[in-house]
Amino acid sequence: MKSVLNSKWIKVPVFVLCLVPLTRLIWRGLNHELGANPIEFITHTTGDWTLIFLVLTLSITPARKLLRRPELIRFRRMLGLFAFFYGFLHFSTWIGLDKFFDLAEMLHDVRKRPFITAGFTGFVLMIPLAATSTAGWIRRLGGRRWQMLHRLIYASAVAGVVHYYWLVKSDVRKPVFYGTLVALLLAYRLGNRLLRKADRTRSGSSARERLVLGEKV
Amino acid sequence: MLQKKSWDIPSSEITPRSVYLNRREFIADASAAAAMMVAERTLWELASPSQKVRAGTKLNGVIKGPFGTDEKQTPYNDVTHYNNFYEFGAGKEEPAEKAKNFKTSPWTLVVDGAVNKPKTFDLDAMMKLAPLEERVYRHRCVEAWSIVVPWIGFPLNALIKQVEPTSKAKYVAFQSLYDPKQMPGARYAGIPFPYVEGLRMDEAMHPLALLCFGMYGETLPNQDGAPVRLVVPWKYGFKSIKSIVKIKFVEHEPPTTWNLANPREYGFYSNVNPSVDHPRWSQAKERRLGEFFRRPTLMFNGYGEQVTQLYAGMDLRKYF
Repeated sequence: MKSVLNSKWIKVPVFVLCLVPLTRLIWRGLNHELGANPIEFITHTTGDWTLIFLVLTLSITPARKLLRRPELIRFRRMLGLFAFFYGFLHFSTWIGLDKFFDLAEMLHDVRKRPFITAGFTGFVLMIPLAATSTAGWIRRLGGRRWQMLHRLIYASAVAGVVHYYWLVKSDVRKPVFYGTLVALLLAYRLGNRLLRKADRTRSGSSARERLVLGEKV
Repeated sequence: MLQKKSWDIPSSEITPRSVYLNRREFIADASAAAAMMVAERTLWELASPSQKVRAGTKLNGVIKGPFGTDEKQTPYNDVTHYNNFYEFGAGKEEPAEKAKNFKTSPWTLVVDGAVNKPKTFDLDAMMKLAPLEERVYRHRCVEAWSIVVPWIGFPLNALIKQVEPTSKAKYVAFQSLYDPKQMPGARYAGIPFPYVEGLRMDEAMHPLALLCFGMYGETLPNQDGAPVRLVVPWKYGFKSIKSIVKIKFVEHEPPTTWNLANPREYGFYSNVNPSVDHPRWSQAKERRLGEFFRRPTLMFNGYGEQVTQLYAGMDLRKYF
């Protein structure tokens, strides 16, 4: 298992797998299977996959730690970039096929419709992350700053879920499902942070105790 | 047409030597052409989804009714596979699947309340109350998509006259069948059931309001509201209640399902109105299924000439 995840070529099948949703969409299009409202179908499909890839990207860190498979980190950037890719397709479908590049109407919507404001925010927040995803940018920014910047993905995922939740009319099962996953993944990080902090204070105090003991001795 | 055998190669298709020698170039050209074709087909697909066969009972003796539009009718397959019928699921293609075994016969419709002659109709008897007319109406959903459908039915007022409403009858309340055993989508729909709707008495008496039993020359498919539904073409689609079991004449404005579910977004009147936005999206334009570009939405869905006077002096922003 470990050797497979470490192998040089493993990224190729993962990459191909990530393209399956797009391929299926094109295939359905060619076979007249996009339903009565194809533009809506494309919008919903690409939106769904954006959220799925955001969730997958956020799962990497917990999976690495819980499964003790640090090598999973090798896939995080690819999954994150695919989240951006599907988000870009989703956004493009909206401006191209739905708004027909009517910039005024778009801006009007972004300002006036909270669900679009949320979706737009989620997408815009992904842009700097996609742009600084290279090793060169990690070096340029410095690991710490780069990591700080890339925490924007938390906000992006939350905005995506809110966008979906505000969009649906009444059956909220799917947005609640994505929301639960994102909440769990963020809770894991928060929990970890608190544990680490508690750990630090505990080890700090024990050191102090030792010191006190030492003085006594 | 002449049927060719697969092994017949006409001389015109034998590759000339020069072309054969340039085959690499040909492959490049052909790939470009193929890519163009794929792109073209994709675009075409976006604008005109597929059609499939239908399965209903043909309705005979249908006459051509008034108010019809000559706009292009939406393909049958789209009208039957893009439905909002939350009892059978909130997804657009769910009702077609989940309403397959919905039992619509026998069917009775109870008409009572503030009337002199309350009646319980058996469906077959009810269909004979007036001549069946075909009316091609525009149908505009609150979600900003629209269709053009050749409905079959007769004016709702023909039924109303049968029961003789009293002076206390100011509104008409409608109720859909609710049978959770038959309606697997209802549990997660997020709206209260049974589905209820209402009209003001003058709206219900308006000759445009149709009591509908069929479409496209046949009885209604289950997912489109079989066996009897309402069609109120100047209002958003959700006012056109499906699978009706009860009609009651009342004195006060009756509750309506979407208004109960979200009063800020859905009003009692819900007239199609491009200048009053849904809180979450604009109602100025709509996507006609099968069309690529959005088209402007018309006031009262284009039936203003017939219905504007019903709302004289009313603030339609307030009574949305």
